Amino acid sequence: MSNILKISPSPHSHSQETTRKLMFGVAIALIPAFLTSVFYFGYGAIIVTAVSVASCLLFEYLIQKFILKKTISITDGSALVTGLLLAFNVPSNLPVFIIIIGSFIAIAVAKMTFGGLGNNPFNPALVGRVFMLISFPVQMTSWPVPGGLKTGYTDAVTGATPLAIIKEGIKNGEPLSQLVSQIPTPSQMFLGDMGGSLGEVAAVALIIGFIYMLVKKIITWHIPVSVVGSIAVFTAILWLINPEQYASPMFHILAGGVLLGAIFMATDYVTSPMSVRAQIIYGCGIGILTVIIRVWGSYPEGVSFAILIMNAFVPLMNTYIKPRRFGKEVKNG
Amino acid sequence: MKTFPIGGVHPPENKITAGSKIQKLAVSESVIIPVSQHIGAPATVSVNKGDTVKAGQIIATFKGFVSVNIHSSVSGKVNKIDTVIDSSGYKQTAVFIDVEGDEWLETIDRTDELKTEIRLSAEEIIKKCQESGIVGLGGATFPSHVKLTIPAGKKCDLLIINGVECEPYLTSDHRLMLEYGREILIGVSILMKALKVDRALIGIENNKTDAISHLNSLAGSFKGIDICPLKVKYPQGAEKQLIKALTKREVPSGRLPVDVNVVVHNIGTAFAVYEAVQKNKPLIERVVTITGKTLPAPGNYFVRIGTPVKKLIEAAGGLPENTGKIISGGPMMGKALVNADVPVVKGTSGIILFPEEESARMESQVCIRCAKCISVCPMGLEPYLLMSLSQRDLFERAEKEHITDCMECGSCSYICPAGRPLLDYIRLGKSTVLRMIRERVVK
Repeated sequence: MSNILKISPSPHSHSQETTRKLMFGVAIALIPAFLTSVFYFGYGAIIVTAVSVASCLLFEYLIQKFILKKTISITDGSALVTGLLLAFNVPSNLPVFIIIIGSFIAIAVAKMTFGGLGNNPFNPALVGRVFMLISFPVQMTSWPVPGGLKTGYTDAVTGATPLAIIKEGIKNGEPLSQLVSQIPTPSQMFLGDMGGSLGEVAAVALIIGFIYMLVKKIITWHIPVSVVGSIAVFTAILWLINPEQYASPMFHILAGGVLLGAIFMATDYVTSPMSVRAQIIYGCGIGILTVIIRVWGSYPEGVSFAILIMNAFVPLMNTYIKPRRFGKEVKNG
Repeated sequence: MKTFPIGGVHPPENKITAGSKIQKLAVSESVIIPVSQHIGAPATVSVNKGDTVKAGQIIATFKGFVSVNIHSSVSGKVNKIDTVIDSSGYKQTAVFIDVEGDEWLETIDRTDELKTEIRLSAEEIIKKCQESGIVGLGGATFPSHVKLTIPAGKKCDLLIINGVECEPYLTSDHRLMLEYGREILIGVSILMKALKVDRALIGIENNKTDAISHLNSLAGSFKGIDICPLKVKYPQGAEKQLIKALTKREVPSGRLPVDVNVVVHNIGTAFAVYEAVQKNKPLIERVVTITGKTLPAPGNYFVRIGTPVKKLIEAAGGLPENTGKIISGGPMMGKALVNADVPVVKGTSGIILFPEEESARMESQVCIRCAKCISVCPMGLEPYLLMSLSQRDLFERAEKEHITDCMECGSCSYICPAGRPLLDYIRLGKSTVLRMIRERVVK
């Protein structure tokens, strides 16, 4: 017998779930989307992803080691996930220096200045992406077409995303029925055969990742379903009013970053609300804002902005929207 | 299949001893019987050093209403009246008895004969429970006669019997249901008579299908008793969760089951009530599961109250080399013992040995706000928030966030991927808030 018995208050068992397992679980769920992006965009996808992940890890390491002087926690997987998601949100021909700047903004500004993992109010990968979008609008919106790789990854054949085609066409007063020939078919969009950020294109791969995370209980369905559901409802109403002016719900869900955002970005633990009710409101808020930006805003895509705007409401929602409490309805008398 | 609606976790069941018949543990050469084995006032010692006692004899008498008698579980001589460290880790008064032979009071019926006819009236049953030292044997050890006394202005229309045994490892209630089903059902009928109700539900989790079908086959000859299988989920054995699962009635925050016209008793208690009322046998032994993955011969035993835990461990093959923790009760809500000399008391449902590698806690890391603690909390609380409020001494705010609703089931600490000691801090906050409330009442 060991000399000393351990004494501690209950519970004495633990689920063996760890932060690291959850983070690596998210990374595993991103593998299908990564493989499809390599399939469509070639080694550009690999270069962008590798640079993004490496620089996110490096910046976190450097800041923890030399500025904060605390224990290094880059193995917890959170910087890995930030790096992957940052890469998945940019074109596959983005120059390396821009990726490094984006990673720096994501880790140093959006994450570490607030106190690191668990304390950042805004999704780091999205802060990095929006910073790059505003600072480097040309590079951030030149989308390689699938299979359009030439000699180097930055000189790929580029084209517009389906959302941009629609936005431009409607601005020029063309009815949607005439634009249909220019956009990919729904099945092409479902499989990812279209221009876009490297990780967002293949709906099928993202949905596989979603199912994996649900089965592994990494996330719950509430946020993704409320995001996609609210977009479907909102765009369906517009579409029924005028199908020549507004695109169908199917198009809105498959085009752009809705699925990547709903499944992987909006569900970020740190920046999403705690109670189920708040999660549903948060998800619907993202969906509605996305549609407003896409349909009436100046950008063709609005998922990143919508998520960041809703991130800002999370502390408020956590304070006022509480879980349903057992025994709350106290009977009178 | 029914279960409670909010929260809950599924810890590995590890019911290693589910197939082990209940054996009688040999009487130890000495026993230590604490005078406070129940919630409420400790009993007053009524024997002196050197006195000879018999098994079943009162050695401490109840003091006030919320208190029960304590009986000697053995025959022998009182060695001393001294303090002992009990399973809570605190010192308390106990009667130390050196065992001589095994002589019982003549009034106790020690035969196996099944006595079905209930002769006592409701009032006599309630009195008998207090005199016989009957307390809730699920672990909370609340005096049973208090629960059977419906306060003026309240009513009770349903008795619920808790056969859930949702804690991992423990199998004492399971084995009792399988081996003493008739006695339990008579015990339930006695409790029904005391409460003047004509309906009783026995809730059993569906991982004990043999017990469910066995009691179902017997229940036909007992009026008003239904067996209800429940979906396996921890903490279904918690009173409020069990009531909700079986009846959809929700006990309001800060209130008792009787406020929704229900009284809950445990399977083990029903058996003890049978023995007390029908066989005149006070509560001097109980079923204890002795278990652990590293233990050579885990099993279920009838153990005399006051037997040192080490005797039970010896019977199960001895303490394994790498034992890191001895737990009294279940792994979710049980208490870690300071040593193996602690006596088995009325509330000891099991003794679990954890090897060294399972005994240490995970290192606490930062909260990643995954909200898993909220999703598992059966009371619909926000454990991450309650912990942080307690850490920052914001107890008024913690009170407003209903920290006193916490029943300390441990689901939050169990699930937390960052290994944060959520329940430790919630306990601190809860006890502080309860003290604040008491001070307000005094003022």
